[in-house]
Amino acid sequence: MREELYQQTILEHNRNPRNFKKLEGATHVAEGYNPLCGDHLWVYMKINGGVIEEASFEGSGCAISKASASMMTASLKGRTMAEAQVLFDEFHQLVIGELKPDERPHHLGKLAVFSGIWQYPARVKCASLGWHTMHGALEKTKSVSTE
Amino acid sequence: MSSFDAHRYRAEFPNLRINVHGKPLVYLDNAATTLKPRCVVDAVNAYYVTGVSNVHRGVHFLSEQATAAFEYSRQVVRQFLHAPKAHEIIFTKGATESLNLVAQSFGRQFLKKGDEIIISYMEHHSNIVPWQMLCEQAGCVLKVIPINERGEIIFEEYLKLLSRKTRLVAVVWVSNSLGTVNPIKAVIDQAHRRGAVVVIDAAQGVTHAPTNVQELDCDFLAFSGHKVLGPTGVGVLYGKEKWLEAMPPYQGGGDMIKSVTFSKTLYNALPYKFEAGTPPIAEVIGLRSALEFLQTINWEGMKAYKQELLDYGTQKLLSIDGVRLIGTARDKTSILSFVVDGIHPHDLGTIVDQDGVAIRTGHHCTQPVMEFFKVPATARASLAFYNTKEEIDVLAGAVVRAKEVFHA
Repeated sequence: MREELYQQTILEHNRNPRNFKKLEGATHVAEGYNPLCGDHLWVYMKINGGVIEEASFEGSGCAISKASASMMTASLKGRTMAEAQVLFDEFHQLVIGELKPDERPHHLGKLAVFSGIWQYPARVKCASLGWHTMHGALEKTKSVSTE
Repeated sequence: MSSFDAHRYRAEFPNLRINVHGKPLVYLDNAATTLKPRCVVDAVNAYYVTGVSNVHRGVHFLSEQATAAFEYSRQVVRQFLHAPKAHEIIFTKGATESLNLVAQSFGRQFLKKGDEIIISYMEHHSNIVPWQMLCEQAGCVLKVIPINERGEIIFEEYLKLLSRKTRLVAVVWVSNSLGTVNPIKAVIDQAHRRGAVVVIDAAQGVTHAPTNVQELDCDFLAFSGHKVLGPTGVGVLYGKEKWLEAMPPYQGGGDMIKSVTFSKTLYNALPYKFEAGTPPIAEVIGLRSALEFLQTINWEGMKAYKQELLDYGTQKLLSIDGVRLIGTARDKTSILSFVVDGIHPHDLGTIVDQDGVAIRTGHHCTQPVMEFFKVPATARASLAFYNTKEEIDVLAGAVVRAKEVFHA
């Protein structure tokens, strides 16, 4: 039996996404688009001295992509760019089922709610879109696309 | 209530007996691919178990047997389409390749700079992109027939687009994302009055109504085997002999030649000129079984039954608060494209899947249609003659459950 995908935390973030706005004065911005399902979002960050002071996103997509981007922005605030990179790598391993949150130390916190998504291969890209976009913004890539 | 007995046919589809996530499969994704009756599986299997051989090559028993079976399939396809001649039937790997073949072989031979190609707004990407590629290569101009809010082509606009410059019209018979049945006979007649050649994408059409290419008088018609109960990997292009004869080969290789020397290669006759390399033999043999199976069905009864399913599904879905249908054409096949307020189609697709319901969610390879209706994607239930009202009830129940999950 697969783990339930639509857990309360995810549904709640979908209904009330955090930091769901364009960020004035952002230093790092990227656009993410999944042409297959039409999910389309922008990630904004204000980075000062290597620290992410603020992060936000806007756009449209399914509950998984929206909740994932929402939780991501909440967890990025106050992290250094290097920490964001670590989190990106850990989240990536999480959604492809390579990182089991109960089995080894990690920095994911509440993001571990996505631990069951690898059992829904068609939806992994939904959970990753915001993260790839954030990663693109860190590397100053203007537009990223996941399929 | 029609007398069509869907349950009798359901017994022929082994795939209907599986469970998905512990629930009986409710397969409502027939526009993507249909399930396969046992006779098709058996025919493919028989070829691989006791009949393997290449075609048009050897003189040994198996090769002659495979060649005969392969060519008999061509006759069955000819009858299915009511084509005058068997060599007007070209086997391809699918409707997509059939359309690309026409674009590249006919298009590059006969279309020149400034010539106009007309398609419709509701085309599948496979009937858009090949023409865009041709336009880039040959300097032609692509014109698009607009659609109305119901998802029907606006015929007066089509007439306005037709001109002396129109060289080719490529239109879908039945839309895969909207269910719209286009008035292709009228489309063809009007194009012919202007001397334009007409290509029909019949991928969804050939299961909607009997196909008679002579009555339609289309110049080309394409469909895929896997959408008519047949195997994947095989498709058909019908073309009028006069065009096929005049067209250069699409691909080079074995089987499509008469003789090869380094100074001069002579091409084979129709249909082999367009069938380079070893064809999908097992799939062609399976396609024959699929078409023979379809021919055992009373099509009038089937059409009435599918209409009944469509009406029932329409009414059932619309009775759910927040459901909106995309595609409400007056002449429509049994395809229900819909969106639910507050739920993204992909979330809906995942949730109904938990109840064993297979629907398609996405843009269905028709991004311009999505853009026209201002939705990123839709959920699509496409119904076949083996579906039932009970299955539509399961879908409706699953949609209601999704609304509860999302408090939508």
